[in-house]
Amino acid sequence: MHIVVCIKQVPDSTQVKIDPVTNTLMRQGVPSIINPYDIFAIEEALRIKDKFGAKITAISMGPPQAKDALKKAVSLGIDEAVLLSDRAFAGADTLATSYCLACGIKALNKENPVDLVICGKQTVDGDTAQVGPGIAVRLGFSQLTYIEKIEKIDFERKEIFVYRHAEKGKQYLKSRLPAVITVLDGINELRYAPLPELFRAARYQVKAWDKKLIEIDENLCGMKGSPTAVKRVFAPTPRQRGEMVSFNERNPEETARALTEKLLINKNG
Amino acid sequence: MKDKFDCIVVGAGPAGISAALTLVRAGLKTVVIERGEYPGTKNVMGGILYTRPLEELIPEFWKEAPLERHIIEQRVMLVSKDASTSFSYKSKQLDEPPYNSYSIMRATFDRWFASKAESAGAIIINETLVESLIVENDKVIGVRTGRADGELYADLVIDAEGVNSILARDLGLHPEIPEHNVALAVKEILALPREVIEARFNLKAEQGTAIELVGDISAGMMGIGFIYTNKESLSLGIGCLISDLRKSGMQPYDLLDRFKEHPMIQPLIEGAQTKEYSAHLIPEGGYRAIPPLCADGFLVAGDAAGLVNSVHREGSNLAITSGRLAAQTVIEAKKKNDFTCRALSLYKKLLDQSFVMKDLKKYRNFPAIMEKNKHFFTTYPSLLSDSAYEMIKVDGVPKKTKQWKIIKNFIKGRSLWGLVKDGFNLLRAIG
Repeated sequence: MHIVVCIKQVPDSTQVKIDPVTNTLMRQGVPSIINPYDIFAIEEALRIKDKFGAKITAISMGPPQAKDALKKAVSLGIDEAVLLSDRAFAGADTLATSYCLACGIKALNKENPVDLVICGKQTVDGDTAQVGPGIAVRLGFSQLTYIEKIEKIDFERKEIFVYRHAEKGKQYLKSRLPAVITVLDGINELRYAPLPELFRAARYQVKAWDKKLIEIDENLCGMKGSPTAVKRVFAPTPRQRGEMVSFNERNPEETARALTEKLLINKNG
Repeated sequence: MKDKFDCIVVGAGPAGISAALTLVRAGLKTVVIERGEYPGTKNVMGGILYTRPLEELIPEFWKEAPLERHIIEQRVMLVSKDASTSFSYKSKQLDEPPYNSYSIMRATFDRWFASKAESAGAIIINETLVESLIVENDKVIGVRTGRADGELYADLVIDAEGVNSILARDLGLHPEIPEHNVALAVKEILALPREVIEARFNLKAEQGTAIELVGDISAGMMGIGFIYTNKESLSLGIGCLISDLRKSGMQPYDLLDRFKEHPMIQPLIEGAQTKEYSAHLIPEGGYRAIPPLCADGFLVAGDAAGLVNSVHREGSNLAITSGRLAAQTVIEAKKKNDFTCRALSLYKKLLDQSFVMKDLKKYRNFPAIMEKNKHFFTTYPSLLSDSAYEMIKVDGVPKKTKQWKIIKNFIKGRSLWGLVKDGFNLLRAIG
């Protein structure tokens, strides 16, 4: 049983500010963290490992410092960690990112067949929720998004049973393995790892793979492979807050009068 | 984890990291246990780092460490209700490298400092709380953390956990710190554009000012305020004795707001945006409150040992030096394979020979005298302001008459005998 967890290193969004002049994110000095949604993917993988026994590999694409996020994943109990890092991968949109990650997972699959890929539902810096499904398509794996519970996994018959959060209600789905699932936030609560895991992480060397180490078409990676261009970044003007008119219980007429007055003023503007 | 280490360091602040760095350089197997998410997240200080003690560990650290501004001016402001009298020392000498001190941000600085120990071979374990010591036959042999399989063993443990040193207390080295020996300091990081800071504080790029304030801002309590310039923010804070805070019933953040609204302070921070709010305890007991610094298999360094010079507002430099000296003691003990308190008494000897104990000893009477003589924080700053106002105001009154009025005011404020006593006490306090 081999589980791959996809994670991304993101700036701690609680500390990011928008530059009011250029409208871009001010990332300087902002600490990096594992995308909070990916934490649920990590814990879900650990729970499957607890139940069935499995090897878990975390994979990420990013600059060299993304190793810190992978090391952190190892300290939480992940077995192996791989970083896809190359200048050619830089500047990728979701299309190129999912292609690159799929190539990385294919390489992992060759070493040790992958049964399940788990992703967070989306990242906090991009918010697209496109990379998980993109990986599934490129790998030819079943695609299960917005999962709120894994009910059962049958490795003998290569089947997985999940509850999926759908627009109208809940779906109970059965699917073939290997599969890619993206999990919802709140699906679990991260454990407090035992001390030996932290020592293992402190000594662990994250594997770094560049374009030469995996089978990958450079033209589909990074900036070259990204059809999306950012035309403009802007902060939407906050919606104006509605005005509250307090309700006078003893004198509803008075409240009504105050309300109509305001409406009339607005109408006459 | 049945690995055995040469030394376990509890806490990744300046004392702990200095110790770890010294230990791994001597080839000792060292682990640092830190409760914060990474070193620096839980650490607070006013924000001034002195160059010399760190330079002894990392020569020319300023070339790579994340620093804010080098300090070229040291100002003391004696503040009355609506005035202030300042003493300032600013010099070209302080503007020439190697600089004497820098303003820093602990969250970034400590992380960098820890990374130096890590790349030298120390293992740093974050987000892990050391809950207790493992003691066998009265000898410390390890620590117990809050994690599963969380015991760790070592020949020696260096306690660098900071002011509220639970481990040293549990071992009986000191009782709960009495409330008159500890201050609570509250601090804000106030963001301002670089140009605004440089204009308001009369600085050029990279230059910084450190201001200490005494008087009305502490609302009659024994306390001190500070404003330090960073690149694009100010570190502003105030600390008062816990015993005084309790008696006054004032909340620390009310004190901070009051400080920020003071007519002499408000213009300096106008338009600033609060980026961070923090609070921390500072051991203020001085020399007389220092606990025994070792037990079998155990050493205490930094704030945990109460090594803070409250007169000069120095702490991190004492922490860095004591951490280094504790590590040197461990290295010697390791050579002799003797971890008894008697062998570790070398640590006290090294501290005594260093500026750490010499400075603390010089000011040994300061905390008690200041605590009993609050008028140093109340009456004098006002008298000074009133005197300055009197002399500066041109109102047809001859200067000689004004001089007499000032002297009379002093006598009225403190009585002749009081003035003599205060002079004597002040001399005694600063040794």
